[in-house]
Amino acid sequence: MKRFRRHGQESQRDRLKQELFQFNKTVEHGFPHQPSALGYSPSLQLLAIGTRSGAIKLYGAPGVEFMGLHDENAAVTQVHFMPHQVELVTLLDDNSLHMWTLRGHKGLSELLEIGRFTLTGPPGAPPSVTRVTAVLAHTSGELLLLGTEGGHVFIVEVPGFRELEERNISLDQVAASVPDDYIGRRNLEHVEALQENPINPNQVVIGYGRGLMVIWDLEKRCAIQHIPATQQLESVWWTEDGSYILSSHSDGSYCRWMVGGEDVNDEEEKSDIPYGHFPCKAISKIIQLPTEEGPPFLLFSGGMPRASYGDRHCITVIHCKTHVALDFTSRIIDFFVIRDGLQHTGDPSALVVLVEEELVVIDLQTDCWPVIQTPYLVPLHSSAITCSHHVSAIPLKLWERVIAAGELQNTHYSKKPWPITGGQNLAPDPPQRDLLLTGHEDGTVHFWDASGVCLYPLYKLSTAGVFHTDADPNDNMNQGAEGEWPPFRKVGCFDPYSDDPRLGIQKIHLCKYSGYLTVAGTAGQILVLELNDEAAEQTVEAKVVDLLQGQEGFRWKGHTRLDVREEPVLFPPGFQPFALVQCQPPAVVTALTLHSEWKLVAFGTSHGFGLYDYQQKNTVLIKCTLNPSDQLAMEGPLSRVKSIKKSLRQSFRRIRRSRVSLRKHHVNNTAKLQEANARLEAELAEMELAPVQRKIEARSSDDSFTGLVRTLYFADTFLSDSSHNTPSLWAGTNGGCVFAYMLRLPPVEHRADEPVTAQPAKEIQLMHRAPVVGIVVLDGHGAPLPEPLEVAHDLARSPDMQGSHQLLVISEEQFKVFTLPKVSAKMKLKLTAVDGSRVRRVGVAWFCSSRTEDYGESGLVVLTNQGDVHVVSLPHVKMQVQYPCIRREDVSGIASCVFTKHGQGFYLISPSEFERFSLSTCYLVEPRCLVEAPLHSGSSSQRRSQPDGASSTHRTRQDSEDAEVLQEIQKSLEGDQTSFLENNVKSAVA
Amino acid sequence: MNRSFNKSQPLRNVDCNAVEVKSKYGAEFRRFSVDRVKPGKFEEFYKLILHIHRIANMEVMIGYADVHGDLLPINNDDNFCKAVSTAHPLLRIFIQRQEEVDYANFGTNTITRKKKAVVALRNNDVNRKRPHIRIGMPQDFRPVSSIIDVDILPESHRRVRLYRHGSDKPLGFYIRDGTSVRVTPHGLEKVPGIFISRLVPGGLAESTGLLAVNDEVLEVNGIEVTGKSLDQVTDMMIANSHNLIVTVKPVNQRNNVVRGSRISGSSGQSSDSSGSTDDLESDEDADIVIESSLKRPSQRSNASLAYQLHRDLNLHSNPALRHSNGSLHKILSSLKTDPRHSLALPRGGVEEDGTVITL
Repeated sequence: MKRFRRHGQESQRDRLKQELFQFNKTVEHGFPHQPSALGYSPSLQLLAIGTRSGAIKLYGAPGVEFMGLHDENAAVTQVHFMPHQVELVTLLDDNSLHMWTLRGHKGLSELLEIGRFTLTGPPGAPPSVTRVTAVLAHTSGELLLLGTEGGHVFIVEVPGFRELEERNISLDQVAASVPDDYIGRRNLEHVEALQENPINPNQVVIGYGRGLMVIWDLEKRCAIQHIPATQQLESVWWTEDGSYILSSHSDGSYCRWMVGGEDVNDEEEKSDIPYGHFPCKAISKIIQLPTEEGPPFLLFSGGMPRASYGDRHCITVIHCKTHVALDFTSRIIDFFVIRDGLQHTGDPSALVVLVEEELVVIDLQTDCWPVIQTPYLVPLHSSAITCSHHVSAIPLKLWERVIAAGELQNTHYSKKPWPITGGQNLAPDPPQRDLLLTGHEDGTVHFWDASGVCLYPLYKLSTAGVFHTDADPNDNMNQGAEGEWPPFRKVGCFDPYSDDPRLGIQKIHLCKYSGYLTVAGTAGQILVLELNDEAAEQTVEAKVVDLLQGQEGFRWKGHTRLDVREEPVLFPPGFQPFALVQCQPPAVVTALTLHSEWKLVAFGTSHGFGLYDYQQKNTVLIKCTLNPSDQLAMEGPLSRVKSIKKSLRQSFRRIRRSRVSLRKHHVNNTAKLQEANARLEAELAEMELAPVQRKIEARSSDDSFTGLVRTLYFADTFLSDSSHNTPSLWAGTNGGCVFAYMLRLPPVEHRADEPVTAQPAKEIQLMHRAPVVGIVVLDGHGAPLPEPLEVAHDLARSPDMQGSHQLLVISEEQFKVFTLPKVSAKMKLKLTAVDGSRVRRVGVAWFCSSRTEDYGESGLVVLTNQGDVHVVSLPHVKMQVQYPCIRREDVSGIASCVFTKHGQGFYLISPSEFERFSLSTCYLVEPRCLVEAPLHSGSSSQRRSQPDGASSTHRTRQDSEDAEVLQEIQKSLEGDQTSFLENNVKSAVA
Repeated sequence: MNRSFNKSQPLRNVDCNAVEVKSKYGAEFRRFSVDRVKPGKFEEFYKLILHIHRIANMEVMIGYADVHGDLLPINNDDNFCKAVSTAHPLLRIFIQRQEEVDYANFGTNTITRKKKAVVALRNNDVNRKRPHIRIGMPQDFRPVSSIIDVDILPESHRRVRLYRHGSDKPLGFYIRDGTSVRVTPHGLEKVPGIFISRLVPGGLAESTGLLAVNDEVLEVNGIEVTGKSLDQVTDMMIANSHNLIVTVKPVNQRNNVVRGSRISGSSGQSSDSSGSTDDLESDEDADIVIESSLKRPSQRSNASLAYQLHRDLNLHSNPALRHSNGSLHKILSSLKTDPRHSLALPRGGVEEDGTVITL
């Protein structure tokens, strides 16, 4: 009987778990890693980006995004929207073509792959015959023209991918009619470009690699005109009135050719090498667009003088007398121009450029062509991300002040609205305002609006101004002196070069109620900042804290600490530093916490930890945790870890140097080179042959970095006796040690003049010695203590101070609950001993039931080194759920993970992208959007989209796959369908 | 045990009553004889030995070589009687100064291994008749390793338990990835496995002799390692390092424990490993907690915890901590090395004056 009842309870708990927890990866924020193709549909107003890993991403109005992934792990080389339709075609590196569509489902659109196709040539033909090099999506929406490496053009009917063999344009057909005097007639090479005549869809121009262009009539199936360019062809553009063709070439020239009539020996009308005289690089793409009044816009990429500016990534825009070479910081993938008007045939309004590391949009209708701030696809990695911090439910007041500070920084941006507006964002308004703060290598902290699908930049804080750095403030951006040629203008914000790596931000803590922020960096610097709406000039006084506390015999071998500017510095409105602590030795800060109510900041490094009173600006406590025998902790960062990498790099350098010297001296000394090669090979072989083995040894107190402080925690709890609660500071080290200090704060009226004191109260040495990664005090109800000021702002229930408190110590290996005030072990959950995984990240989160509105419970969210996320219940430390989340090889992804207070999380899937996931059934942020077929071809697209569903009988294989995908998506959607409906109802009522 | 003593009556079919004795002390030999039928008291024999060797004022330990070549002690009437009665043809005596006695030399299989093996093969009865004699001071010994669960494991597997507590020796072994061959219904199949790759000389693993290079690791503390990565298995072993139980498939299958033989009981452990693990489980719970009394407000921060702890520990007059110079770190590290044995405090902690040391 008893057993039955327990079984009942368990199943009840299981049901509750289903109501509380659910794992979803919801949306990717940031800029796609390694983009390789760009497409744009003027009619849908959607932008498509393909990546080298085979992903295809569509973006429209902010919040409208779709993502698809090709099954093949091949790079997307081209993306073409079918004109006036909701389909698009992608070409992959493996020569396969894929048809995607946006299909409506339950009021939302989904991106689905509906077909794939690979050209098959005649039997026995070499693969180059069918290797696709150029794609033209014909305006009829029914044809695809595929130019190949063999020089043929294949015509395929879509969406079914039916080859229309009789209409193919073979190389022989074309070659036969080429004028005899054309220099390259023997080998026209591959099809480089295919363009349609904007005023006559039956005419296409085929551009061959050798330079020849042929205007072909699709109806009559014959060549109309030959354009005998002799330079290697890069791109072709047919002007809008159909009367000219522009061709760009590999020598940095472009030519304009008159289209007309039967005159076979048409001479080029105009040829120009814009950055001429000296040899230039190729112009890879050229566009000319008319304006209503006045001369047309001419835009082209590349063409720079090879010797002096061959390494620049430029797009030149020429209009009237204005000539600007937009200078990007990374390689240009592709670009297009958005035009005004309902039919998108008006004046050019914006230039959209996809470069390797960011998307830049330039307003072509405002003077000086300013940049329009992108609401999505923002490069998170403009400087490498070094840490991140998430703050949920920001009070409106702080939110508005941060936004106001950010707006003052964005005055150089165009005032124009975002020009890409396709689709409708149907996602409900986010329930709260969330901030994601990212710390960067160059000492900046970026504030992102992480409430919704778009990770929108709000404000950027730079800490570099506090210090003297090597950087010359007039270094960049001020170039483009008068008369410089080419007329460069720097655009884009991707700037991976840090002036001083010591500036890097390592830890961030923001108090959302008081607006106090503390950030800590690589060189042991801790800044306390305050939000100020006015600019202020002030001196930041540095307080140097010696964490070694007289421990003798140590010499720090790492970097020196940063030089602080002694003169007053003008800080713009926003977060302004008012206190600075510099640790000595200046090792990277490994733990940081702020208590705004007590006005205390605690910080830790590999040598110890300290407590700083930022009201009185003095240190309350310094504790050295360094083991006297630990010399490694004095080495400074990365001295040994990178040794293999370093030695490899050195060997490469040796080889390169030897090669260079060989060339330089023209010495026929191959022996040297061989020797260097042999050395490298030996080193590589050594690395591979050395068996990977792991030492099995218990941790000891003599291990390195046992004194490294991993976590710091403030708590108001029962430290000495069970009747009086006191403020306390807790610190956990890498060696499994927990220190507790009792803090004595003077009464509020004397807070400014009486000292704050700290007394050692407890020391716990965990027997298993695993690093302590988290400390939480649970109140009498077993709930984690609220954040400082949370109760004062009526945002949290005040903690239960009647029942006895408990201490939860989370080490990498286990979760252990102790009683308070007398510390004795109560219960524990072992992780590593059981499944070999270790805790990497841990956070406390609140989970609400999806069914019962008022039920919720807090739990620990844990990410392990195996990449799994777990939820552990509180206070009983029982494993609740476990989901695989990140590949275990993705070490940087695991290290970058940050949890929110409501069971969501972020981790970096590439240097520039955050993946967002959710463990909660209630808090989900994911795109919900609808894209409707363009109006003017509505009838045809409807005709198309409906048979799609019905014609599943004859396209069996693909459709069954589709159905599976559909079902899966449906299933995943159903979980939150209810909340979505509810939200809709709510908004309707409101 | 007593049964074997009762059996050790003088043999009837011996015609000569004198037993030749060859006694060795250091490099010196003395020869004499004793009466086989009436050997007398041990005390008399002891005095005789001291006299003959002219070491009257010395404390010595007398040992003899029995028929199997084992060095056994003579320290009471019974084993003296036994030694004399089983001497054949002569009684070989070894004398060691009490302070130099190496107890490890006593016991079975110590002097003449080869001879013993031969004897054992020739006559199994000898084994059974061999006297069981207490030969050492057990309180000085602690197990460092044992083979357990012999009765529930396949004979080709071996479950080894390494007791790290109380020993300063490192565990001292390395593991690596490898492939092992499994028999499946579809035939032989190669599967990835974890193997011992190296034993550190002088380490615990090597000194037990129970683990060897290329042994395949099958389980760690009862959890199978199949499907786990090398790093995971490493972490599991380290997490269990205080009481590590490794189930291996030894690469050398010739020394396997034969099920049902008497040796299976020799581990002295119950065959139920889970029960015994629980017993040791509490060991690992022994986190060290130092709480300082903060009740007296007069104690300002200058009254350091270290000082206080030092004082309190001295009150316990624990010799292990006498030397402590007030540095908390040193005290802690001395506690760390062996909390249970170097600090002979009762379990559960001693409370005194508000300061608690829980072990």
